[in-house]
Amino acid sequence: MNSYLNDLVANAPVMIVTMTVLVAMLVEAVRKTRPVAIYYVSMIGLAFAAVFAITNLTVEGTSFGGMLLHGGYANFFGALFCFVSFFTIILSRNYFERQKYHRGEFYILLLFATIGMMLIASANDLIIVFLGIELMSVCLYVLAGFMRTKERANEAALKYFLLGAFATGFLLYGIALIYGAVGTTNLTMIRNVFAVVSTNILFVIGAGFLLIGLAFKAAAVPFHMWAPDVYEGAPTPVTAFMSTGAKAAAFAAFITLFIRTFDFIGGQVNELLAVLAAASMILGNIVAIAQSNVKRMLAYSSIAHAGYMLVGIATGTLDGQVGVMFYLAAYAVMNLGAFAIISLVEHEGDQNLLLDDYAGLSYSQPLLAVLMAIFMFALAGVPPFAGFFGKYYIFLAAIKAKMVWLAIIGVLTSLVSAYYYLRLVVFMFFREGRANIETPPSRIVLTMVVVSALLVLLLGLFPSIIIQTAQRYF
Amino acid sequence: MASGFILTTTIFLPLVFTVVIFFLPKENIKGIKLVALSGSIVTFLVSLFLFFGYDAAIGGFQFLHKVTWIGSLNISYFVGIDGMSLLLILLTTFLTPLALLGTWNSIEKQLKGYSIMVLLLEVGMIGVFASLDLFLFYIFWEAMLIPMYFIIGVWGGPNRVYAAVKFFLFTLFGSVLMLVAIIWLGYFASTVPGGQFTTNLFDLYRIAPLLPVNLQMWMFAAFGLSFAIKVPVWPLHTWLPDAHVEAPTAGSVILAGVLLKMGTYGFIRFNLPLFADASLRAMPFMCLLAVIGIVYGALVAMVQTDMKKLVAYSSVSHMGFVMLGIFSMTEEGLQGAIIQMINHGLSTGALFLLVGMIYDRTHTRSIADYGGVAKLMPVYATFLMIISFSSIGLPGLNGFVGEFLVMLGSFKSTLLDNRWFAVVAGLGVIFSAVYMLWMYQRVMMGPVRSDGLYGGHHLTDLTKREIAVLVPIVLFVVWIGVYPKTFLSKSAPLVKHTVEQMESVKRGSPIRFAGSLQCNLESK
Repeated sequence: MNSYLNDLVANAPVMIVTMTVLVAMLVEAVRKTRPVAIYYVSMIGLAFAAVFAITNLTVEGTSFGGMLLHGGYANFFGALFCFVSFFTIILSRNYFERQKYHRGEFYILLLFATIGMMLIASANDLIIVFLGIELMSVCLYVLAGFMRTKERANEAALKYFLLGAFATGFLLYGIALIYGAVGTTNLTMIRNVFAVVSTNILFVIGAGFLLIGLAFKAAAVPFHMWAPDVYEGAPTPVTAFMSTGAKAAAFAAFITLFIRTFDFIGGQVNELLAVLAAASMILGNIVAIAQSNVKRMLAYSSIAHAGYMLVGIATGTLDGQVGVMFYLAAYAVMNLGAFAIISLVEHEGDQNLLLDDYAGLSYSQPLLAVLMAIFMFALAGVPPFAGFFGKYYIFLAAIKAKMVWLAIIGVLTSLVSAYYYLRLVVFMFFREGRANIETPPSRIVLTMVVVSALLVLLLGLFPSIIIQTAQRYF
Repeated sequence: MASGFILTTTIFLPLVFTVVIFFLPKENIKGIKLVALSGSIVTFLVSLFLFFGYDAAIGGFQFLHKVTWIGSLNISYFVGIDGMSLLLILLTTFLTPLALLGTWNSIEKQLKGYSIMVLLLEVGMIGVFASLDLFLFYIFWEAMLIPMYFIIGVWGGPNRVYAAVKFFLFTLFGSVLMLVAIIWLGYFASTVPGGQFTTNLFDLYRIAPLLPVNLQMWMFAAFGLSFAIKVPVWPLHTWLPDAHVEAPTAGSVILAGVLLKMGTYGFIRFNLPLFADASLRAMPFMCLLAVIGIVYGALVAMVQTDMKKLVAYSSVSHMGFVMLGIFSMTEEGLQGAIIQMINHGLSTGALFLLVGMIYDRTHTRSIADYGGVAKLMPVYATFLMIISFSSIGLPGLNGFVGEFLVMLGSFKSTLLDNRWFAVVAGLGVIFSAVYMLWMYQRVMMGPVRSDGLYGGHHLTDLTKREIAVLVPIVLFVVWIGVYPKTFLSKSAPLVKHTVEQMESVKRGSPIRFAGSLQCNLESK
């Protein structure tokens, strides 16, 4: 009993969020008409969980009979997910109040998805990986179609659900095959016997299926088909959450499985990963050029960013892992910032989302335009912003792993990406227009956006903050 | 280490003033202008400490300042200057206040953003010339694109969006491949015995002779492409006329005056010493491109109808001289190249200012709209005359020194061993006289227009402010023309060492390019 209690305490970040969601559900039952109460409860819970996660970055261990990891790696991602969730919640209240769709259950679903993500990062067993992914995905299906009176939202949710269920099938089948080959689902044990089983065809196919399932969740080519429609149809804060949080969760699983557990370095599985990475970078960036809707453009850009991170996974090395972890953090702050501004500029009923609607934004809303420009330059990978260092580290890992061709594709496609990111800057700054926003941004949202812009600069100039932490977990 | 702080201060001083401007209200136009101008002047004054503090007798890199930055990747904030970077930093800090003052009333919208961008640009430019860590260098090199992009795109001419995007993408294209090469080079450093991943330039100089030749060729190409686009070397120059014509005057001055030099600077600082074998192999090819650029730029300049475009193409021609000087790999050639960078910065900067000044009055740059201006603007005519002669290379003015040294160097270069390059380059000098004098004649000479209006405006001669901008430039134009030793002596140690290294590589017994650096590392 005592050790059980210790396990609960060790996994405090997950537990705090779980407690929060329970409280939130009670509040929801009592005060149905006032979703604001849940808003505050969720924020407080997430803040506590994040603080706890950050203060316990150095302890590491397993709990619940080796099923869960706690501290260290799990907390790094735990803190990241709490940040993403926290940001999304602030954004959502502002957004849904303007759209007249403010409901308490939104926050509850969001928190459940966050728990799922945190479980993925804490997983030390394939079953937990699966549980986490499902918990996250089911909530996201609902969240994508949260504005259920809108056709596009329905389309997004249904599409996401059908394709997602398909991917889940792959994931589960992969786990089954691996269990068949190794006789266990525990990752520590799989790692220990990896040298023996890595030639077992069942095992390799199982790993391949896992790869497909995760690539789907990460929206990597050729499993990206759902992403543009879902990202466009979902409410903007949910899109922000999916493109940062859910992607980070998928990559947490990628790192756990393909770097920390499997050791396919130089083998065919990693070559496959490299091909997926190259395809995602090329397709995502090139198709993004043709988009006129900003949300859709960022959807394709997020496919491309999945490609950059897959480069890190494909190396299979510590450098690759650190690069991906840094990239995820950098991508989270810059993409959340960009989506926050999109949600502020957006008008009721999915209006004002086209590039043309941003023409002349620097004249009517100079602060928003400058912040958006920072996020765009960061996403394009221009120094001194965080996106640049993320790419630097990932290409460094690729070159060290003798994958120079992948690095060259990476830099050339980021050149392509500069074109469409800059196009938004062109519209905002170089064109005259009547771009404006419906209601002035609320102070808390604006603060959050400014904070993330500062983080983009801070992580770009002093990346050691994250690098040193990430290097410890291998 | 204390002296290193002066350099760091010079780099980041303009940044301090941008913060001040940021907190000034948008309506306080005068205040913003004054802060920006005084910021750039103070930076110039501080940079004079570098000029007088640099000891050319010792040579090598001085004012070193090193702080660990990203420990796990062995990256440090590492700056220091030698004679060449010293001269270019001074050129930067000298031209920036003049560009601001010269366009005092030309910017009508969003002055606050404009002033911030110009000062940020200055930070980037000084940083590029001072960086001794390739990672740091790359940060400055790329980050500098952002302010220039905005300067062209927001405050430029009618076709500014196209020009700004083209400028950005062209330069980015070159630099991303350089990024791969930088990482590769750092990785190579970790594969030599006892090595570790590094982007520290001194460490890389040390391991450079170990680079296999085929790897060198790739790296030379990756670095070279990035620098050649910036110079710009023919046929990569197409972004330049667009960017120049659309940019506001101050943007053109800084673009021509300083930004182009970053390319040629890069060749001398990185390509020659790091990839010596590859440089020797690429030498005839690079000289060929340089000479084509000289002649092509001059011929295209000759047929331009727009004054700014004419000056822009003349840049292609003049920068060809710099490239020829560098790849002649003689002391005369390299000295000529370095002094020619300064010359081009001064005279082309001044030409853009002069074109801008008359454009502010008439709002036309078409040569056909002018004629007889000398009678109405005698002071302007005098300045334009002096600067045109400087650009042509009249003996006694700065242009002559640079072009003469470059041609001498390429003529007698034993490594190049082909005198035709110098001969053809000589043609370029003649052509440059043709297009400059012809433009002068069409704009300044002849009868005054019958209605006395140019572009619908009356002409008034230069104001005191404008004269104050031009006088310092003319001063240096004459100074370099009469007594270049003040400046040549600063870059002499670097040039001597580079040539020695090249010749030793050719002989097959390479000396590493660190000899003269090390003593300074210890002594400082």
